Amino acid sequence: MALDLDFDLPLPPFTVSAALTVGAETVALVGPSGAGKTTVLRAVAGLARPGRGRIALDGQPWFDAGTGVSLAPEERSVGLVFQDYALFPHLSVRKNVAFGARSDPARVDELLERLQISHLAREKPTTLSGGERQRVALARALARRPRVLLLDEPLSALDAHTRAEIKVQLRELLDDLALPAIFISHDFRDAVALAHRAAVIVGGKIRQVGPVESLASRPTDAFVAALTGNNVLRSIATPNGAGSTLTLEDGQQLRVPARAGGPVGLVIAPGDVRVLADPPAGERPANALRGMVTGLTRLGSRVEARVGSVDVECRAEEPASAALAAGGEAWVQLPAEAITVVPLDGVGAVER
Amino acid sequence: MHLPAMPAARRAGFTALLALAAGISLTFLALPVVALFTQAPLGRLPELLSDPVLQEILSVTVKTNLIANALIILLGTPTAYLLATRHFPGRALLVTVVELPLVLPPAVAGIGLLAAFSTGGLLGAQLQEAGIVIPFTQWAVVLAITFVASPFYVRQAIASFEAVDPRLPDAARTLGAGPARTFLRVSLPLAAGGLVAGWVLAFARGVGEFGATIMFAGNVRGVTQTLTLGIYEQLDANFDLSLAIGVLLVILSAAVLLLYKLISSWRSISTSTSPFRLSRSLPR
Repeated sequence: MALDLDFDLPLPPFTVSAALTVGAETVALVGPSGAGKTTVLRAVAGLARPGRGRIALDGQPWFDAGTGVSLAPEERSVGLVFQDYALFPHLSVRKNVAFGARSDPARVDELLERLQISHLAREKPTTLSGGERQRVALARALARRPRVLLLDEPLSALDAHTRAEIKVQLRELLDDLALPAIFISHDFRDAVALAHRAAVIVGGKIRQVGPVESLASRPTDAFVAALTGNNVLRSIATPNGAGSTLTLEDGQQLRVPARAGGPVGLVIAPGDVRVLADPPAGERPANALRGMVTGLTRLGSRVEARVGSVDVECRAEEPASAALAAGGEAWVQLPAEAITVVPLDGVGAVER
Repeated sequence: MHLPAMPAARRAGFTALLALAAGISLTFLALPVVALFTQAPLGRLPELLSDPVLQEILSVTVKTNLIANALIILLGTPTAYLLATRHFPGRALLVTVVELPLVLPPAVAGIGLLAAFSTGGLLGAQLQEAGIVIPFTQWAVVLAITFVASPFYVRQAIASFEAVDPRLPDAARTLGAGPARTFLRVSLPLAAGGLVAGWVLAFARGVGEFGATIMFAGNVRGVTQTLTLGIYEQLDANFDLSLAIGVLLVILSAAVLLLYKLISSWRSISTSTSPFRLSRSLPR
């Protein structure tokens, strides 16, 4: 089972371009708001018409600009869960779900049961909580036995507590269904929780596609690096022997094994930054930086802070974490092997 | 906090001025209605209302308005849905065409209908060939009512269909419903409150229709004479009957207005189109 997308959809102010193959897996489409994420889902569902390209399920075209094929939404087999759910306010929960499962009451019962909303069957959507609405929307989308599942920001309308609960259940459901599923989020952490792979989209273009772990650890550009939660420090690279020297905006220098030149982004995960317990005496250790400690947060066993312009994350039981005091100065070390160098804004060259 | 104090006398004077203006306008607006009820021989009302002349007038009014309202709803609803949901060049112009009768003087509507449907008119030759005569028949009353009253319905219907969250019909389509089923099961029920409100206004305008009807259909008792035309004719012949019809129409109009207000407040409470945004902000 595979959903193939390759299309361009002009959408002022830019063109949304999507090229993606989704097997029986969950793919997250992650990007800031206004990146064209919802447009991609609408095109797959048949609610928006691309100007060029092809959308096909298992080789059967749903849309093909070349041959003029364009199936109406009701002729495609998609379950679309809208952002804010778009439940029919004039119909009960049961009738909402039954809307997609025409003359199959057994299917409706099964879905109400499976999503644990049987007791709400006679309620109107307005009386439900966010989490309950989300289950109803899922049940309704699944009622038609879709062959593709599309979810638009399934978690954004939920409060933190419900969100955590739904995440787990949604992951199980998606694994059970084993359908090509695309879900949209502006938060990369949702992608980590729910998806096998993720595609980062910005300005209508997909920047990088890959397994969620590899996007965070091996971003190919500064945008993807920042979106996946990494530090991205602007610097100027000068080739130096086998590697390069990076000069940060404040003049401090680091060495990395990658060969690069010009303006580049230095990428490192907050968890990979090492906090030094004591200020170095004598010679400055390799890749050590000094900075003011701001934004210190101690939450349970985790400590988060910003040292200079570097976000740092460490465990409270690490003795070095004691060196982090708000308003004080601290030293951090950026291990060369944990640093990725990415081009900045299309300029700067990085050899791979 | 210190505010520059307005002298108490000046504040009271301003309020008195407002009250005076309001008093004059309300008196003026209520006066004809009050006069109608005080001048009408209320004691003889049952007798007057059972007058055979009035029975005929009532029968013409009910018949023509029923047909006109059916035409308005059956043709106006799809028209409104089309204009509300499709965007095409010239749409604004079509909406203006729909709304034009709203601002057209009734006499102009009457002369326009004559210019279109009379023997020498725009469609005169074709109608004559088909053996159809419209002016000064009951159909002329129906067309006059339909012409002047339909914008009240169609305008409100367009607004009601536009107010339906567009994601709901989209959702229906992805759930396997074709455009017709989506219209019947989703758009129509969600716009229903607004459609009824629009229809109430159109109905009131239709029953009150006078100018276009008298020009296009004439004032023939038992054929084209409706309640408003009846008032006009009985003015000299039987003033008391005129007053009685007036009382009848005031009661009908007040009932219609009340109904409209009830529907409007019910709609604003139930906000059929998008309850999500409203309730999401409520603490749970």
